[in-house]
Amino acid sequence: MSVGIVSYGSYIPRYRIKVEDIARVWGEDAETLKAGLMVSEKSVPDLDEDAATIAVESARAAIENGNIDPVRIGAVYTGSESHPYAVKPTSTIVAEAISATPVMTAADFEFACKAGSATVQSCMGLTSSGMIDLGMGIGADVSQGAPGDALEYTAASGGVAFIMGDNESEPIALIEDTYSFTTDTPDFWRREGSEFPQHGGRFTGEPGYFKHVIGASKGLMEKMGTGPEDYDYAVFHQPNGKFPTRVSKELGFSRDKIEPGMVITKLGNIYSGSCMMGIAATLDQAKPGDRIFATAFGSGAGADAFSIKVTDKMEQFQKYSPKVWDQLKDPVYVDYAKYAKHKGKLKRS
Amino acid sequence: MSVVRFWRNQVNRYNLEGTHCNSCDEYFYPPRSMCPTCRREGELESHRFEGKGEIVTYTIIHSAAEGFENQSPYPLAIVKLDEGASLTSPIVADPEEMYIGMRVKPVFRKLGESGDKGMIYYGTKFAPDKND
Repeated sequence: MSVGIVSYGSYIPRYRIKVEDIARVWGEDAETLKAGLMVSEKSVPDLDEDAATIAVESARAAIENGNIDPVRIGAVYTGSESHPYAVKPTSTIVAEAISATPVMTAADFEFACKAGSATVQSCMGLTSSGMIDLGMGIGADVSQGAPGDALEYTAASGGVAFIMGDNESEPIALIEDTYSFTTDTPDFWRREGSEFPQHGGRFTGEPGYFKHVIGASKGLMEKMGTGPEDYDYAVFHQPNGKFPTRVSKELGFSRDKIEPGMVITKLGNIYSGSCMMGIAATLDQAKPGDRIFATAFGSGAGADAFSIKVTDKMEQFQKYSPKVWDQLKDPVYVDYAKYAKHKGKLKRS
Repeated sequence: MSVVRFWRNQVNRYNLEGTHCNSCDEYFYPPRSMCPTCRREGELESHRFEGKGEIVTYTIIHSAAEGFENQSPYPLAIVKLDEGASLTSPIVADPEEMYIGMRVKPVFRKLGESGDKGMIYYGTKFAPDKND
């Protein structure tokens, strides 16, 4: 395959809340939670930010970082589980805001935390078949977690956009292959009109995350005839820090290979963009020739695995693109009351 | 605001599209259909502003209009874009961060919404540009 990532961009809101501040409200032990979840703080959207504004900011970053002519983009797909409208695409807002309209296609995707990686696969198909020149796949969310629920400690906000293309001279990273593993597993859901998602507690672990991530990861390595030793880095969906740490160990990837992409500790889980943000943070540090193994997971449930190889175009790209870890520096911390207001959990009468 | 009224100016709000007069080299935002200086001799063309500029003056809104109460206190400023046009815009910054002469960059934000069930209006606001 010559299809790959031509450019990427990310966006993280500047506000954060610490686990201590959430735990204090609900009478939980912060140190136990931090050790268990391996998360110390999470991003919080501004009052005038939603999944659409975050998708636009990440899309514009991808355009700027790669110096891409937006007219070349023939498809904009946005994956999110917090699309601002039930009916009316987020992707048309993004496409208009990056001046990719009108000769292009757009649609919104939803598959819990892997909607972003599904958009990337779709763009791979459209570009490699020659239907379009470039395609933009986005994962963006202002994730929801009910007050007092375990999810509230991790549900965060942010977005990542990948511009995919199949022109041999362009990709900064090739997608060598991809493999998906999908079943009907009700480990996490949000009904139409419901404000917050529900989940199956521990059921989200073995039958959900681990079965699918391992299924897709082993499937891809078997298909390609590769093993963990063939990869310099690995990224797995990060609902917390514990799950990707455990699954990488089970699959045989050493801790140092997942470290560059482990943004969960300071960012939280940005749902549809979670694995893509990990990939972006890893690409920020990768060198030409490096190989990255990545598996996104979405409840419901499915996993998309990717084998990525960095090209010599990456060095030039890295000179001018902002880094994910740099965006996590110098946050503005908010307390629980301000966080609740920002998330619409606290409403003026 | 009606849906159609917003939609007509949507591209201008999303991407800071204004106009430039080739005759007198003046820039306008929002776009004008006629140059107020050159009148009939004016040659207007569409111009997309880069969006960088500086705060000319500002105020802090404490008593916000309906629909914006949750955001108060927030800064509202006159921003002079580098090409020359000026516009009034909310600034995405804490009131304590504000000062005259501050360099700003455009950011994509919600400008407002028609209640819980109506349209959400998106467009450009400005934020401190720490890299400038």
